[in-house]
Order: sequence, then C-alpha cells, then structure tokens
Amino acid sequence: MAETAQAAPARPPSAFRWLRANLFNTPLSSALTLLVLYVLIKVVPPLVDWAIVNASFTAPNEQACAARGGACWAFIAEWYRFILFGRYPHDEQWRPAITVLLLIVSLVASCDRRLWGRPLALLWAAGVIAVIVLMGGGVLGLPWVDTDQWNGLPLALILAVGGLALAFPLAVALALGRQSYMLGIRAFSVAYIEFFRGLPFIIVLFMAAVLFPLFLPPGVSIAKLWRVEVAFILFLAAYLAEAVRGGLQAIPRGQYEAAAALGLGYWRQMRLVILPQALRIAIPPLVGTFIGGFKDTALVIIVGLFDLLQDVAVGTNDPSWRGAYIEGYAFVAAIYFVFCYAMSRYSRSLEARR
Amino acid sequence: MRSLKWFGFAVTAVLGLVWGDSARAGPTLDGVKSRGVVTCAVNTGLAGFGMPDQQGDYKGLDADTCRAIAAAVLGDAKKVKFIPTTTQQRFTVLQSGEADVLTRNTTWTVLRDTEQGFNFAPVTYYDGQGFMVAKKAGIKSAKELDGATICVQPGTTTELNLADYFRTNRMTFKPLVVEKLAELENAFFSGRCDAYTTDRSGLAATRAGKASNADDYVILPEVISKEPLAPAVRHGDDEWFDIVKWTIYAMIGAEEKGITSGSVDEALKSEDPDVKRMLGVTPGIGKALHLDEKWAYNVIKQVGNYGEVFERNVGSRTPLKLERGLNGLWNQGGLMYAMPFR
Amino acid sequence: MSVPSRPLGRSAWWNDERSRELLFQALIVAAVIAILAYLGHNATVNLRRQGIGFGFGFLGHEAGFEISPALIPYTPADSYAYAMLVGLLNTLLVAAIGIVFATVLGLVVGLLRLSGNWLVARLALGYVELIRNTPLVLQLFVWWKLLQISAPGPRAAWQVLPGVFVSNRGVALPVPEYDPGFRWVLAALVVGMLASIALARWARWRQERTGQPFPVLATALALIVLPPAIVFVALGAPFRLDMPQLVGFNFKGGVTVTPEFAALVVGLVVYTAAFIGEIVRGGIQAVSRGQSEAALALGLKRRHVLRLVVLPQAVRTMIPPLTSEYLNLTKNSTLAVAIGFAEFFSVANTILNQTGQAIEAMTLIAAVYLSLSLGLSLLMNVYNRRVALVER
Repeated sequence: MAETAQAAPARPPSAFRWLRANLFNTPLSSALTLLVLYVLIKVVPPLVDWAIVNASFTAPNEQACAARGGACWAFIAEWYRFILFGRYPHDEQWRPAITVLLLIVSLVASCDRRLWGRPLALLWAAGVIAVIVLMGGGVLGLPWVDTDQWNGLPLALILAVGGLALAFPLAVALALGRQSYMLGIRAFSVAYIEFFRGLPFIIVLFMAAVLFPLFLPPGVSIAKLWRVEVAFILFLAAYLAEAVRGGLQAIPRGQYEAAAALGLGYWRQMRLVILPQALRIAIPPLVGTFIGGFKDTALVIIVGLFDLLQDVAVGTNDPSWRGAYIEGYAFVAAIYFVFCYAMSRYSRSLEARR
Repeated sequence: MRSLKWFGFAVTAVLGLVWGDSARAGPTLDGVKSRGVVTCAVNTGLAGFGMPDQQGDYKGLDADTCRAIAAAVLGDAKKVKFIPTTTQQRFTVLQSGEADVLTRNTTWTVLRDTEQGFNFAPVTYYDGQGFMVAKKAGIKSAKELDGATICVQPGTTTELNLADYFRTNRMTFKPLVVEKLAELENAFFSGRCDAYTTDRSGLAATRAGKASNADDYVILPEVISKEPLAPAVRHGDDEWFDIVKWTIYAMIGAEEKGITSGSVDEALKSEDPDVKRMLGVTPGIGKALHLDEKWAYNVIKQVGNYGEVFERNVGSRTPLKLERGLNGLWNQGGLMYAMPFR
Repeated sequence: MSVPSRPLGRSAWWNDERSRELLFQALIVAAVIAILAYLGHNATVNLRRQGIGFGFGFLGHEAGFEISPALIPYTPADSYAYAMLVGLLNTLLVAAIGIVFATVLGLVVGLLRLSGNWLVARLALGYVELIRNTPLVLQLFVWWKLLQISAPGPRAAWQVLPGVFVSNRGVALPVPEYDPGFRWVLAALVVGMLASIALARWARWRQERTGQPFPVLATALALIVLPPAIVFVALGAPFRLDMPQLVGFNFKGGVTVTPEFAALVVGLVVYTAAFIGEIVRGGIQAVSRGQSEAALALGLKRRHVLRLVVLPQAVRTMIPPLTSEYLNLTKNSTLAVAIGFAEFFSVANTILNQTGQAIEAMTLIAAVYLSLSLGLSLLMNVYNRRVALVER
C-alpha cells in the first residue's frame, strides 16, 4: 500500500507570516528591507511636508508660497487653464475641452473589440472632422481660431492621435510592402522604414519645421501645426510598420496558403484573413509605439509649438510665479502619466488575455 | 527589355511635366493683403523689444515696428500676427515664408545681407554688445573676465564677437549656450554663469524684467562690437522691401518734422510741402509704394513717430531707462536720419 | 466538334502577372522620382529667388564660436567641419557612457523587479512605471534644474575629497598627469590582460580534460593588477595629479563635469534603464522554470544558478530589444539641445543658423545619425550572431 505524500494543511494567513515570507525571507532580503525602510523614512516625511502639509493651495504669488516653505500649488490653481489650453481665446476654451474629451472617447472606443471594423473607421473619420471644425471654427457660427493658438493638451492629443490615425494605413502598406516579393516595392519600404527609424525624432521635427517650407512652391505656405503633424505621421508610420511586420511574421504560412487556395486575390487575402490576425497579435507593440508618440509630443517645444511644457515655461516667466517650475513640471508629468499609464495597462491586459 | 523601356518613358514624361514649370514670383504684399495680417517674427520675451503681456499681446520696439508696417499696408495697426522665435529659429522662419518680416533685435551683417538671403531695412536701434555681471563679484571691467563662464545665446553675432574679443585679448572663457532666452536668464541669475553677454539694450531689458533686484547687477563699461538692430525681409521682393524701409523712414521723418500721433491731424493742414507729401495730402508716394496715400498718416496716428515709440518702450520712463544716445535724431547728435520724401 | 481552342501560351500583357508586377513597380518608382523632382525644383526656385547658394564649401570657413566641453583641442579659429567633429565626439562620449551605465542600472532594476522581497519589487515597479510614462525631455529639465540649484557657486564650493570640488559649475575632479613612464605601465596592463585571457582558456581546457577547477578569477585579478603595479613602483612611482584649483572664476586643472553633461547622462541613463529593466525581466522570465529547477537539483547555489544557467540563456533573447534601446539612447542624446550641452546636433544647429545653409546642414545631420544607427545595429548584430543558438 503506497503512502501518498500530502501537502501540509494551509495555515490561516496572518500579517506576521506575510511579512516573514515577503520581506524577511533571507538575510539579504532582510537587510534590503531595512535599508529601504530607512531611506523611505528619511525621504517620505519631508516630501509629504513639502507637498501637502506646508503647501499653499491659494496664494497671490510665489513669494507668499515660499514664506510657508512648501509646494506652490497655487501656481497651478491660477495658471491651469493656460497650461492646459495655452493661448486659445479664453471664452472659447470649451471648444478645446470638448476636443480633448472627443479624442479620449475615440481612443477608449477603439479598445473595445466589438467595434473593430467599419464602425470604428467611421467613428474616427467623424472624429477627425469634428475636431478640426471645433478647434478651428469659421463655420457653424464658431469664431475662427488660428492653428497657432491650438496649444497645450489639445495640441498633444491632436498630434499624437491624428498622427496615429493617419500613419496606420501607411504603416500597414509599408509592412506589406516590406514582405513583398517585388524588388522595387520592397526596396522602397525598407529604405523608408530604416530612414525614419534611424533618425532621432527631433531631426524629423526640424526637417518639418525648417526644410519643408523650402520644398513648397513659392507663395504656398502650410501652417506649422500641419507640417509637424506630417512629421509625426511619417515618423510613426515607420515604427508602426515594424510592429505590424512582427504580427505578419507570426502568422503561419499555412494561413497564406489556405487563403490563396480559397481563390482570394492578394488584397482580399490581406483584408479578410491575414491582417485581422496580424493586427491582433501586433497590438502590444502598436500601443507601445503610440505611448512613445504621445510622449514625443512634448518635443514640439523645440520647434516653437506651444505644448504643455512651453505653457509652463511661459507661466513661470511671469514675475509673480518665477520659482514655481517644479510644481508646473509635476502637473505636466501627472497629465502625461495618467494617459500613458492607462494605455500601458490596456496593452498589458490584452497580453494577459491571450 | 520592354519593361525597362516603359519605365524609362514613364520617368521622362513625368520629369518633363515637372521641369517645364517656370518659377512663379510670390510677392509678399499680395500674400499679406490676401491673408489680412502682417506676420512678424519677434522675440520670445525681451522686455522693451518684444515681450508678451498678461493678455498675450506683444509689446516693445520691435512689436511696434511690426504694427507700423501693418498700419501702412493694411491701414490697421492691430492686424498683426506675432510668431515668437528663438535665435535658432528666427532666420528659418523668415526664409521659409512663415513670417513676412523679422523684427527681432537682429544685427545687420554682410553675411546675413548676402549669403543668408536677407535685406535689412533701416536700423531701428543702434546698439553694441556688452557684459553684465553680479555686483558682488566685484568686477569693474570686461578685461577681468579671464576664465569666466559666460552665458550666451547660440546662432548670434554675440557668440562670434565674444569669441573674437577673448581671442584678441588673449583670455579664455567657458560658454554656456542655451537657446531659450528665459532658461539662459535663469542660469545667469542663479549664478551658473559669471557674466551674461548680449546687446546692451538686451542686458538692460533682462535686468529690468528678470532680476529680483536690479541694483545687484552692473553692466560693464566695455562695448565690444557694433550691433545695429534692424528689421529684415527676404531677398527677391523689392516691393515689400521698399514698403518696410519707408515705413521706418516715415516714423523717423515724422519726428524730424515734429509730428506726433496727437498732432498728426493738425499736420494734415500744414503748408510744409515735405509734410504734405509724407502724409499723402500731395498724392504720389503712396501710389509709388503700391499703398494707400494715407499710409504714413496711419502709421503716425496709430503707432506714433520714432521718438514716441522709443520713449514708450525703452525710454527714461520705462524700467529700461535707455538714453537716446546714438538713437537720437541726426541733428541732435544721433544717427537717425530719414531719407527725403520726394 | 470540339470548341475551337485558343492557342496555348501567354495571354494579353495586361493579364500577365509578371508584367503587371513590373508595371506596378515602375509606377511606384516613377511616382517617387516625380515627387522628389518636384520638391527639388521648388527648393531650387526658392533658394535662387533669395540668392542663397547651395554647396558644402562653407564647411571650410572659420567657425567663430566657442564650444565647451571639447574633447579635442578646439579654438574658434577652426573650421565648421572641425567644430562638427568636436560635437560628434561629445555625442559619442554621452552615448558610450550612457549605454554602459544604463545596462548596469537596467540589469539591477530588472533583477530587483524579480526579487522575492515585496517592498523592493514594488519600489522597482514604481520607478519603472513613473519613468516610462513621462516624457524624457521633462525628466531632463527636472534633472538640470536640480543640478543647477543644489550646489553653491565656485567660491563656496563643497570640497568632498581633497581635489574634488562640487559647485554649480559642475564637479571638478583631479586627473593624473601624463608621464612618459605611463606607456610601460599601460604595456604591462595589456600584457596582464592577455595573459589572463590565455589563463582562462587554459583553465577551461584543463577543467574539461580533468574536471579540476582552477581559481581563474583570483589569478586573473592578480595578473591584471600586479605587473602594472610593479612597473609603476619600479619607475619610481611617477604619479602626479592635476588638481583643480580655483583660479578667478572657475576651477583650472583637472576635469570638470558640467551640470548639463551630468543632467544629460543621468537623465538618459535613468530613462533607458527603466526600459532595459523590463527587457531584462522579460528575458529572465522567458527562460523556462525547468532550467533553474534542474540547476538547483544539481546542487548549484542560487547565485550560481542565475549567473551560470539563467542569464546566459536570457541574454540571447534580450539582445534585439537591447539593441533597440541602445539606439534610442543615442538618438535621445539630441535632446541636449534643450539643456545647452554642445553635442553634435546643437553644434550643427548653430552652424545652420550662422550660415543659413539649411539643406546642406540637415543633410549632414541626417547622414551622421543614420550612420551612427547603422553602425550600432551592425555591431549588435555581430554580437547577436555569436551568441545565437546554433541548431543542428
């Protein structure tokens, strides 16, 4: 008669046992825990003091905050509208606010699998038109606002989301082109992808801002916002193409062969069989590229567009609020963090589901 | 091979279509009239020259020059659009056509006038380069700056003059080169650099606008270069160049004749033939410039003469407290000299 | 009667797949050439109208501006091309230091993320999430401001160690002065390193033959350290430090690490290490648990399991994404233009503005960065091929 080994009966969970297992399980681990606790005790209370206890939430200027010795959140309270919307006319700022909501809704809706396909494409197209009409105005009784004044958060979202939306078809074309057996197409796709992946994004932005106008016919000028948008599109397309290519390579050859055996032409094969599978696999790197693209919108400060960081710089240039740049940076960092973290959680949830 | 022949035909056909197109001239004046605004590239924030106020409106000598051009061309000094530019962006913004004129305390040099493709209108501010240091450093002369760290903006004549001056005087220095003016000023006031160098008017503007206590900083006596600050336009558009040029001369000429924004209405009734020609009472000059005959009247009425613009932005009642000096009228010891309106 | 059959053979040319492909490719190429020609034409017209010439001759002109820091001797009388070289060396320095430290920090972060200690793992997670989800340019500004405002002026500099001064101009460090005898010390060092490599090879050969281990690490250390030390002492210990001294405004002598350089390097290292940490974690987790279980069953200690079994396999999968991160670090060094460090792009940008030759300058800039990217990818591909699994 064989005796089977049995696991020890589970002991009821207790705080002490959890601490022992997780924080003090080996001597090295215990030492680390003590070290970390020591550092935390040294750092966290002064930080809390600065950020909350001594902080001023309302104050007339930075000197008043400095008198209390804490963070100057009053700067944010006074300037938040300028940081978020920049030089957009004060009375019309409901328009960029709605634009931001619209773009967020579009992004969130794109995450829902049930909408993938035609309804999503229509939603995006309608969204793009709605954004341009809302922000620019000139029709439907809305006063016209020059693209120079589309600043701050709406600018970042328009650049990133618009760039993603328009780069995506180009990226799919490039990825398909890179796997094509036709030498001309393949050479062009490879050259394009390697060119834009090899260049730093700032260089591409500079080319858009500085060189692009030289290549336009004399007398024709395109607003800087649209030139920078083109830079985003061209740049994102190269990275998205690599992500899609990864998805395409993960499809077994059998799928291609079966689709061809069914008598589907090349484009039908791609549209009905290959791309749906490939894109689903490619979503994590696609989302990663989008997160990178959204963070890169902060770089437009270097070509003279007024994004969130530039708005903070203008705010801290005001003599009353000169020293409040840390609070401004924290505010902007929080905004970027919220967006990027949400997107990366979404991507990770997709990975886990598979 | 057949395919290669096809290929060759296609390329040749397309190239032929493209190269057959001839150059079209793009007059700036037409563009300005169709857009309805004069677009000027100005400083991101230099007190007295180009500085946005709380409402985002740009104030300063350069901003007023831009408004004068708008008044001359469009009849309304408010029809302006300002593009704030750093030193590294200003030339490409003008070259690319984004801006119609560069009014951004820019020095007139031969290379900019020729190689870089710009034409410079009359000088609106004669200046020179200097150094500013903190008073507690105890420095009395620029010759004591050997080994110092000096804040300077890139892409400027300032940068080049600085290197030349130290080379000539056999001194060395470490540059701190930051493109954004606000960051550079912060670096100087936080003590990161020992000295800040730019045009002396810029030094005064920075001290007036940014220093917590202006008396803690002293501008050293040495003037190490000539910095004539003038508006710039692109090569290849004589019509627009003439308009900008004569707008400046109108402002100077009005001061020569003693006409201010308050007295210009009365000057319309003047018997002086020069004044009558300038203000359009005797027609001819407006037509020659392809502008309305009241172009100069609009400039003076809506913006003022040169003296008024100077006093309003950088004069003795402003925090900058700059003297007229070289910028006074020619018959009062300065260099401001309007060409004849005839 | 049978249906009259069409002669077998090729169908009309527009149905033939091959000629359709060729036509399609020809159209694409023609379209690309047409677009480029159109753009080129516009550019020529625009440049000619403004009287701006085209050509690379300006590279020989005098630069006229000062660059600091410069790794090679540079004066404003040198040419634009030489100035660009100085900037390029600065970029390479930042990239090299950044890659080394980012890898080290990334490895540490990755291992901490996998730690059994809950507190440490959570903190590492917090660090990674915070750094990865905020823009790099924002982080660079924060580091630059912190480094600028935290230290006093040079007259009141903190003296951390004899010869090491910390001020808001940067950290001044002493540097050994060059002495001719150093050549012999260097030669001894090289000989020692070669000898230790040979020793390691021999020890592995002997272990495979006889199974006896050899204390390679200790012997190699001795080989590397002792001969140079002996040569050094034999030559009379010629060691003089070039100490930084406060002369006038700044520290003369030694080497000064400026706040801009430090901010750029620290910012890049911290940012890239967060991404590398995730790559390391993914790589280690990709090695199947069976490997570490088998290694433990064989009696290896835990730290040997990591070093001898898990990491070598993990490195194989990590190399392509690691290459990508190294490239990103090199490309992100261009953000120095925001904080005033004179790397290649800043210098080239200044030249662009001083000369007005926008197209030529941007072409050069693009060519340089493309070459850097290509060079780095090639290097990493060589390494990748060496550690790749050789299947039967």
